Amino acid sequence: MPDLGRAALVTSLLLLVYSFTVGSWAAWRGRRRLAESAQNALLGSFAATLVAAAVLLAALARHDFSFRYVADHTSRELPLGYTLTAFWGGQEGSLLLWLLVLCGYSCAAVLTARRAGREILAWVVPVLGLVGTFFALLLVFVASPFATQAAAADGAGLNPSLQNPYMAVHPPMLYLGYVGLTVPFAFAMGALLAGRTDERWIVATRRWTLAAWAFLGVGQLLGAHWAYVEIGWGGYYAWDPVENAALMPWLAATAFLHSVMIQEKRGMLKVWNVLLVALAFGLSLFGTFLTRSGIIQSIHSFTQSSIGPWFLGFICFITAGTLTLIFWRLPLLRAKTRLESLVSREATFLYNNLLLVALALTILWGVVYPLLSQLVTGQAATVSKPYYNFFLHAFGLPLLLLMGIGPLVAWRRASLRALGRTFLWPLATAVAAGIALLALGAGSSRVGVIAYTFSIFVLASILLEFLRGTAARKALGDSGWLGSFSSLIARNRRRYGGYVVHAAVVLLAIGVAGSSAYQTVRETRLHRGDSMTVAGNRLVFRGYETSMASNHRSIRGLVDVYRGNNYLGRLKPGKNQYFAEDQVSNEVAIRHDLLTGGDLFLIADQVNADGSIDLKALQKPLVNLIWLAGIVFIGGSLIALWPDAREERRLAARYAGATASL
Amino acid sequence: MTVALAVGAVLAVVCVVLVALPFLREPKPHDDRLAVPDEVEQRRLSLAEDRDRALAALKELEFDHRTGKVSDDDYRALVAPLRRKAAEALRALDLRAERTDGERIRTGGNR
Repeated sequence: MPDLGRAALVTSLLLLVYSFTVGSWAAWRGRRRLAESAQNALLGSFAATLVAAAVLLAALARHDFSFRYVADHTSRELPLGYTLTAFWGGQEGSLLLWLLVLCGYSCAAVLTARRAGREILAWVVPVLGLVGTFFALLLVFVASPFATQAAAADGAGLNPSLQNPYMAVHPPMLYLGYVGLTVPFAFAMGALLAGRTDERWIVATRRWTLAAWAFLGVGQLLGAHWAYVEIGWGGYYAWDPVENAALMPWLAATAFLHSVMIQEKRGMLKVWNVLLVALAFGLSLFGTFLTRSGIIQSIHSFTQSSIGPWFLGFICFITAGTLTLIFWRLPLLRAKTRLESLVSREATFLYNNLLLVALALTILWGVVYPLLSQLVTGQAATVSKPYYNFFLHAFGLPLLLLMGIGPLVAWRRASLRALGRTFLWPLATAVAAGIALLALGAGSSRVGVIAYTFSIFVLASILLEFLRGTAARKALGDSGWLGSFSSLIARNRRRYGGYVVHAAVVLLAIGVAGSSAYQTVRETRLHRGDSMTVAGNRLVFRGYETSMASNHRSIRGLVDVYRGNNYLGRLKPGKNQYFAEDQVSNEVAIRHDLLTGGDLFLIADQVNADGSIDLKALQKPLVNLIWLAGIVFIGGSLIALWPDAREERRLAARYAGATASL
Repeated sequence: MTVALAVGAVLAVVCVVLVALPFLREPKPHDDRLAVPDEVEQRRLSLAEDRDRALAALKELEFDHRTGKVSDDDYRALVAPLRRKAAEALRALDLRAERTDGERIRTGGNR
């Protein structure tokens, strides 16, 4: 079987090299059949990679320890679910997943994005082939998942942190996001290579960009929740370099999703949009490099390897190639119009873009600086939480405010009178809320109060947008309030889906501000019968219980929770001892309060031989709004992604004659 | 091992056929050039984008005016140039279509 896996990967590599080289030749010389053949090679590479993935999955399911990858990342007693998710638990499997998703995306994109036009599509194929070739090369020559050994009696097991249900969805989601950004990049480069810088590449990739961005966002939130329930330090985001690696391309893609609207509506920012697409893709490559190269110390970086220089070389090649291409095509990327006013919707999008990119770049500097200082001075400098928090406040809070301002400002220009009218209610609501918060004692955190006040302003402006829009649709003759409301959304899904996503970001901001600026932390050693109090909750330690599972032994502290005299229930923080991995994991206990949105979070820092426990208790107000934000985010993304028949008809009429397969 | 061999063989055949398919389907094509829009079609596309942009902007302006986001003064100042732009794009597209039809009739060809 490993031979089949290796053969499938070599086949995939050959097909990708073919689609890159022959596809480039065909696009350059304008050869139709060769271009079709190169496109078919992409389809073939997907089939071949699928076979390779099936071989690895079968080896995992059969505990075939003659595969070094299976022996290194699983054990006989590992439950089947985690055994299968070990597919992406190690470096070689992750790279295979990258390639599989890339080939799948490539096929789907070239088969469905016909509005891009033949001459652009002919260049998209070799760009996708080039990226695929790089990953296939790594898998064939540098990090093969099909390396074999004399079959061991048992495997080394899976890192305990990865033995969590979130591992079934978090990495694939992130990869769907990371890899998905290749599609808009390939179409942008295809448009530049073909010399066709009109809107076709944007129209063809609109949904792909949105889907990749949504996957990346959901993947990060799932990762945050995994960190919250599994890692056991009481938080969900630690500015870890690998966490940042996913955040940076998401920020760049968010900027692109906004600025591309300016190009569609005003024909401006063509250079900026191509740069943003390239930045998002480059950062997604950089993210994979950070996670997989072993260059950084991180809780998420599960591997040490030699693929770093390859990645670095490829990132440099892509960056240099992209910049050269943009420079070459600059004359074709001139804007048709200019910004009419600094007080307009497009201007607020521009400010939002600058802040998003500034935030992404400052995070990038925070990640890169320790690596550079290690390289230059031999000692790694540390960039820690205060650095990131400073820039999050400096750029994030104005971004939050802009989310409320943007929808209230008209395109092109807005007069003071119109602004006064549209801003009145959101502003009044926000000021009243800010005063009320101060009166309620929220002033202990200045940033917290500002974040809440801005959040209320954004929510009020979104609500007003929906109300005014629905009223306008009703006045135009739509039947009833509900009918007008659904017609409002159906007629402009991207705008109103975007507002729902904005509401999700507000929920996220409220959750983050509440759970970080206003959290309470207590730590103490408790003997049996001792108690401690945190944020009004009395915690009584009752002793321990132990149990055995197939691959680990569990020990749990029994902690009864009271509020006043009311018994609220028993929490069981503790630890797991994993046999094959010879590792101990922290197993936290959480009590959710659905009414307040807060959590009581218990960590057994130390299980002591004398029967006592070192207990850390955190009260995290509003933290559950962060997870609720994830659901709202998915809802908003789906609204924006949902096909719009009216728009489809309009585009079909516009591109009639210019669309067809190769 | 037999299954692996069989799967490998099927994969290899499928991939070779896929790559060769365009040449197997059309061994001697009438025209093997990659059909790309000519200058006339490019111009039409550009005009169609301008027309759609202007019409979408007009629609948005009307709606923003109705919801109170655009004042009456702003509306009056913005609507005229947008209407002019939309009309220009529509007129240019009509002229181009007439010219193309005329050429087709003269040459007796079908595009």
